[in-house]
Amino acid sequence: MSALLSLQGVHTHIGRYHILQGVDFDAAEGKTTMLLGRNGAGKTTTLRTIMGLWRASAGAIALAGEPINALPTPAIARAGIAYVPESMAIFSDLTVRENLVLAARDGPMDDKRLQWIFGFFPALKKFWLSRAGALSGGQKQMLSIARAIVEPRRLLLIDEPTKGLAPAIIGALIDCLKEIKRAGVTILLVEQNFRVAQEVGDDVRVMDNGRIVHQGAMAELAADVPLQNHLLGLALGAHQ
Amino acid sequence: MSAVDAGAALPRQKIDIAPAFAPLVIALIAAPLIGSSSTFITLTVAGLAMGLMLFTMASGLTLVFGLMDVLNFGHGAFISVGAYVATLVFLPLAGWSQADSLMPNLGVIALAILASAAACGALGLVFERLLVRPVYRQHLKQILVTMGGLIVAEQLLYALFGPQTIPLPLPTALRGAFVVGDAAIEKFRVLAMAIGLIVFIGEAVILNYTKLGLLIRAGVENREMVEALGYRINRLFIGVFMAGSALAGLGGVLWGLYREQVHASMGGDLMVLVFIVVIIGGLGSVGGCLIGATLVALVANYAGFLAPKFALVSNIVLMVVVLLWRPRGLYPAGGR
Repeated sequence: MSALLSLQGVHTHIGRYHILQGVDFDAAEGKTTMLLGRNGAGKTTTLRTIMGLWRASAGAIALAGEPINALPTPAIARAGIAYVPESMAIFSDLTVRENLVLAARDGPMDDKRLQWIFGFFPALKKFWLSRAGALSGGQKQMLSIARAIVEPRRLLLIDEPTKGLAPAIIGALIDCLKEIKRAGVTILLVEQNFRVAQEVGDDVRVMDNGRIVHQGAMAELAADVPLQNHLLGLALGAHQ
Repeated sequence: MSAVDAGAALPRQKIDIAPAFAPLVIALIAAPLIGSSSTFITLTVAGLAMGLMLFTMASGLTLVFGLMDVLNFGHGAFISVGAYVATLVFLPLAGWSQADSLMPNLGVIALAILASAAACGALGLVFERLLVRPVYRQHLKQILVTMGGLIVAEQLLYALFGPQTIPLPLPTALRGAFVVGDAAIEKFRVLAMAIGLIVFIGEAVILNYTKLGLLIRAGVENREMVEALGYRINRLFIGVFMAGSALAGLGGVLWGLYREQVHASMGGDLMVLVFIVVIIGGLGSVGGCLIGATLVALVANYAGFLAPKFALVSNIVLMVVVLLWRPRGLYPAGGR
């Protein structure tokens, strides 16, 4: 399967810190690629650099062969990339409906697609006109993901969606991610929870110190416990 | 999915109405102290008119701060320019202004407002491009640069129009007062209140019922995410800055007519009041700005009548009291 997203030799500096130090990887179209690694390895920075929220100081980022690293963030989003940040970044003063209206930038929301979203996030239907700031943490995460899929996008960048959520909600989120995957959407997912990674990931990229240190199939890494311990160490143990 | 996240009831949302009643509380406290009902009505209407004029000038500034995180100390320049543009419109249309009929009088005011808003909006574009854009996210530099812009604008007005105060007389039909019982309500203040309310309703409708308004409210809360959703927030910044400048110009026309004179430093002089309004209201909040402006104006009017010496510091005292009660202002926007 061809690569939808490709990073080659990407470096990112934040102030005087050299965070990404030559990141190279591809994300195959229609697959879910997991981006794993210890805290501070550069996973969030990678997603933010792809979105143009932090500028790559060197290297190339391409979406379906088209370079995007010189584009401003709105143009990158309009090229078909949706971003779900770790903080969720929902607009808490706006209602659930208003959050989704903004995300549907190409026009009115498609009712069929909305019903599809309500199928796995029923709370969003119930609290349609409620202030997003009043939602629980899990519901906010659902809204954040719903915002990314309210219109078809080519690539979803999702940063630690299960962080701080109760196990039951994580289960629902896994079901949702599998459903999105079935719809043929390409996902690049940063995750610390190895169980989630195992369940939804097709491919895996492991980062350490701002570089990719392992690439392969998720199933292979899941089956190789010594390799997991070597690559992910304490981070893995803490979340398994 | 857990029951809670599948849709158990949300915690009941608290509707914070206490700040909205603050002007009423101030009026109720002042009423017995003033004694005469006609004086109270006159002072209250004058306060409401002044409040709505201040709101018109300050609402643009609060949006500019809320959305762009820009401390624009140069906002006063647009107030002055707006008032001067009004004098340029009134001069050739003196016939309309001095006519006894209301329609030509309102016509000249409408033209002055349109011309001032257009001029100040265009000036706002230049101001944003030349002065504000290079100092985004640098508050100290913003203060210095925009203060510099205000001084330059004032000096340019002096150079163009001279140092003297320029009269801006009220159109004939708007002079005098309506007498209701024993209370006298100046006609122009009624017009100023109507224009201020139209501005408030217009802003409320745009912010709450249009996608543009949603974008502005979302941008006040999280600019980065608005960009990540695919919207060019820089264009929104420029649009809001121009609209804020145009509103300041409109406010300048109203203030010039209210004082019946115009001078280059009038905008700079008003900035203290405008900043107090914005801070009291809560940065970035249009509703808070309206409440804050009304409070400031009512307190100034009541204090001016009851204790003229206290009036000099009444607004500072009001700001201190409000911030002790609500440290982030009455209705802070976007969780700032």
